[in-house]
Amino acid sequence: MLLKTLSELNGTSGAEGSVRDFLRQQLKPFVDTLVVDKMGNLIATKNAHLPGPKIMLSAHMDEVALMITDITSDGFLKFQPVGGIDARILVSKPIQMNEALIGVIGSKAIHLQKSSERQKSLTFDQLYIDIGAKCKEEATSKVKLGDYAYFMTKCEPFGEGLYKGKAFDDRVGCALLVELLKQDYAFPLVAAFTVQEEVGLRGAKIAAYHVAPDFAIVLEGTVAADVSDREEDGWVTELGKGPACSLLDRTTLYSPKLIQWVVDIARGKGIPLQFRRGASGGNDAGSIHVSKAGIPTVVLSVPCRYIHSFVSVISEHDYTACFNLVAALLANLPRKLSINPMGEEEL
Amino acid sequence: MNGLINTQKQSASEFLSLLSTSSGVSGHESSIASLVTERFKTITDEVNCDTFGNVYALKKGNGQRAKLMLTAHMDEIGLMVNKIDPRGFLSFTSLGGIDQRTLLSQEVLVHGRQTIPGIIGSLPPHLLQNRDTNQAVKMEGMTIDVGLSFEKIKEVIQIGDVITLRRDTYPLLNNVIAGKSLDDRAGVVVMMVCLEELTHLKHSHDVIAVATTQEEVGVRGAFTSAYTLNPDLAVAIDVTHASTPDTKGQTTLDLGKGPAVALGPNIHPAIYRHFTETAQEHRLPIQLEPIPGATGTDAWAIQVSRAGIPTGLLSIPLRYMHTSVETLDLQDVLNSGKLLAHFISSLPDDLEEFLCY
Amino acid sequence: MDFKLLEQLTQLFGPSGSEERVAEFISAQVRPYCDNLTSDTLGNLIVHRHGTGKRIMIAAHMDEIGLMITHINKEGFLRFTPLGGVRIQNLIGQRVQFAQGRIGTIWVEKLDRPTDFKLDKLYLDIGVSSREEAEQFVHIGEPAVFVGNFAESESRIISKALDDRVGCFVAIEALRRTKSTHELAFVFTVQEEIGTRGALTAAYALEPDLAIAVDVTATGDTPKAHPMSVELGKGVGIKVLDHSMVTSPQIKRWMADVAADRKIPFQWEVLEYGGTDSGAIHLSRGGVPSGVLSIPTRYVHSPAEMLDKHDVEAAVELLVVLLESNAEL
Repeated sequence: MLLKTLSELNGTSGAEGSVRDFLRQQLKPFVDTLVVDKMGNLIATKNAHLPGPKIMLSAHMDEVALMITDITSDGFLKFQPVGGIDARILVSKPIQMNEALIGVIGSKAIHLQKSSERQKSLTFDQLYIDIGAKCKEEATSKVKLGDYAYFMTKCEPFGEGLYKGKAFDDRVGCALLVELLKQDYAFPLVAAFTVQEEVGLRGAKIAAYHVAPDFAIVLEGTVAADVSDREEDGWVTELGKGPACSLLDRTTLYSPKLIQWVVDIARGKGIPLQFRRGASGGNDAGSIHVSKAGIPTVVLSVPCRYIHSFVSVISEHDYTACFNLVAALLANLPRKLSINPMGEEEL
Repeated sequence: MNGLINTQKQSASEFLSLLSTSSGVSGHESSIASLVTERFKTITDEVNCDTFGNVYALKKGNGQRAKLMLTAHMDEIGLMVNKIDPRGFLSFTSLGGIDQRTLLSQEVLVHGRQTIPGIIGSLPPHLLQNRDTNQAVKMEGMTIDVGLSFEKIKEVIQIGDVITLRRDTYPLLNNVIAGKSLDDRAGVVVMMVCLEELTHLKHSHDVIAVATTQEEVGVRGAFTSAYTLNPDLAVAIDVTHASTPDTKGQTTLDLGKGPAVALGPNIHPAIYRHFTETAQEHRLPIQLEPIPGATGTDAWAIQVSRAGIPTGLLSIPLRYMHTSVETLDLQDVLNSGKLLAHFISSLPDDLEEFLCY
Repeated sequence: MDFKLLEQLTQLFGPSGSEERVAEFISAQVRPYCDNLTSDTLGNLIVHRHGTGKRIMIAAHMDEIGLMITHINKEGFLRFTPLGGVRIQNLIGQRVQFAQGRIGTIWVEKLDRPTDFKLDKLYLDIGVSSREEAEQFVHIGEPAVFVGNFAESESRIISKALDDRVGCFVAIEALRRTKSTHELAFVFTVQEEIGTRGALTAAYALEPDLAIAVDVTATGDTPKAHPMSVELGKGVGIKVLDHSMVTSPQIKRWMADVAADRKIPFQWEVLEYGGTDSGAIHLSRGGVPSGVLSIPTRYVHSPAEMLDKHDVEAAVELLVVLLESNAEL
């Protein structure tokens, strides 16, 4: 299953190789060209010869992970996060080093803790990975500084109509993008599988520059905090209510006209849609929408519980509805894509 | 010789994996009890159990036949459902000393009418502020997501159902293994190794290997099994803290340096002496563990049962105790089993004289 | 169901260590229904009913929490220590009563900071002006209990000492009603509140095959309560867990199956702290299979504990049918 394979691959910011290689192999039969640019973005095109507008769809290949920054004299590994990770989730977990090497992030036994210790969380500086090495020499023979360590989680069906796995942010976007590329279109379509989103929307910046599309749709996995006793106004998005359309985040203020267009199409086709009700976070749209003279951009996301942790959860219904919505948008592109708030043209 | 050692290592490693990945929270040990009974049946004369759930495996001696009791506890720490909210999330409490800091972002199994997978989720960094991340998330603030509606949950899960953490065992470098509940499933494996070794050795006294229950909630299985057996001598096998970068000054024992033999008020001096002499004679590595008071193991309960029982304690060095990635050296497990077997086989026929103060 | 007996039980004076009056009262109540009445060294009241089959021990504790006088000062003010789990926050402005009837008020010295509030800042005023006058009414070492009268409404009861006089009440009612053919030993225990001590010795002597304790438990149905699923009026609690015992799966299943079969309303009870007599009994000798029937109670260990009458009725019904079942686990 496509999502399962993508979720279980390991690839973090600056080291997306295994994801890129898998995608290259999957896409060959369906696209006209496949190119890797100067930062490692994978760019696939269809119908380059057709008249415009040129549409770019994007999803990022990198997941959050850990980078080894030091090896102690006893052979333990110190690390720092790649992308945003809450250190508290790391305690008491197995972690995948290189293909064959597994380590564990343990913590001091509860019996040896003072009661004040139990209330405080452990910081990145206090945590370490144990690979069972007898000494520093043995550890350095197996692991180098700059190596990466990944969450270990199997992607499987969960509960009723849900899936659990790691890295749904943004392998969910990548999976959707592969499926969309298998369809046919009557306009030039470019799919950008970007790198280094998690460390600052970096790959998307150069991809937008050299692809120079007229319009962009970013596919993401986003926060769903619709859990237990959290108040409804803090959920951001909700599982089972369809893809979420972004309104505002730390890097982009989305065009109300574009959003209205998305809403109208969704309503017209009876596809469930919710808004991303929160202003936190950011995504590749932050780099894309201000590229050169500006690119009209929307973001559609699959709601994802427990994002940026060992195990996230999505709903199959939301995944399918997101696919349907993007397909519907692509089939109903407006003649003009101006989103100038001062302009009088309607979409 | 090497081939034999490798099969023994293999069998110990497989049994440890099997026990570690199975579920048996304090008071709910029946699946572990079945696995232990099945395995021990093949290496002892008789296997029984009592109303408390303790499993007794008897290997008869061929001489004086005093009663020697070995104990290792079968139970693991775990969680229990104590509330189901109308949105379908489960609140829980702990059974045994669980560190709340180990629970975030963790897959679990809820043992209801069926085994239901669940997730103790975490709020993403995007929604947190710095002051939030300095404090540990409290257990009462955590819930389990099973991805089911409230109605569906009511059909399969009830208040009081136990929950275990979902964890495989992982081989690290150098015979080092990580997994959950190595405390004290590793002790059960030590007993197995010991019983296997005893098939090649002569021993005059009866050995009863007891897999005890409910150690983590108050050494309860030890109280009742010691009373029931009333042995002449007992040795508890448990785990102890091995050093890691954050325990400087708190522990002195290391992984891979052999089992730790305890000494102190909870331990009969003759038993301690006999362990050290046996280790020296058979060139087996040991470390010494002085404990000034309660050992925090079955040995504490056994020592004061009925009219008193001479007790010893052998411990396997273990990192990250009571987390779900407890880490030990398999060689320490094998050496513990061997040491115990030689200890038993070289005990004198006249135990009373041996134990005399 | 008539709760007059419960009212009388709650208003008796019986702090841990001085349960005689309760024992006497209960003896009179149960005499017509039993074959033998004895009491042991610690003061447990053991009520035997002969039978065949299993020897079943039913335990309910007679003692209530209270205070013990440790000092009388020159002006006649008293200092004290708690007997059992007394929350000192509950004490300011409370009335307590001694065995001979004298009543006093508890108050607190002036505090420099709220965090200074500790046991040694509290004192008891029995309305005298000197040590000599005080000694006419009380002596050092004498216990006292909370004053908390019994108030009954349509469905609820408020009183002091529902913990565990309601357990005694349920046991007495069950003894009156049951047609069980097992050998029954109803043990009204002492000193539960200070460490389940009566139960320890009673169980050792009796060597029962099976034990059921009847005690109170907390609820989670008050504003911003600690998460707990037990609620007043939803039935008798079948205990799954507390600090002193993990109930065995077989016992839980037996109790729930019997209750479901007779359509007696019950709720699963998980308590994150606390203990009962079964905590001591289940570890006796080689172990005794034990369970607990719990009466959901709000404000436990205060002078105004509250329960629901339907839960008490359910408890009596369930205890009776459990005793009449074949108890094959």
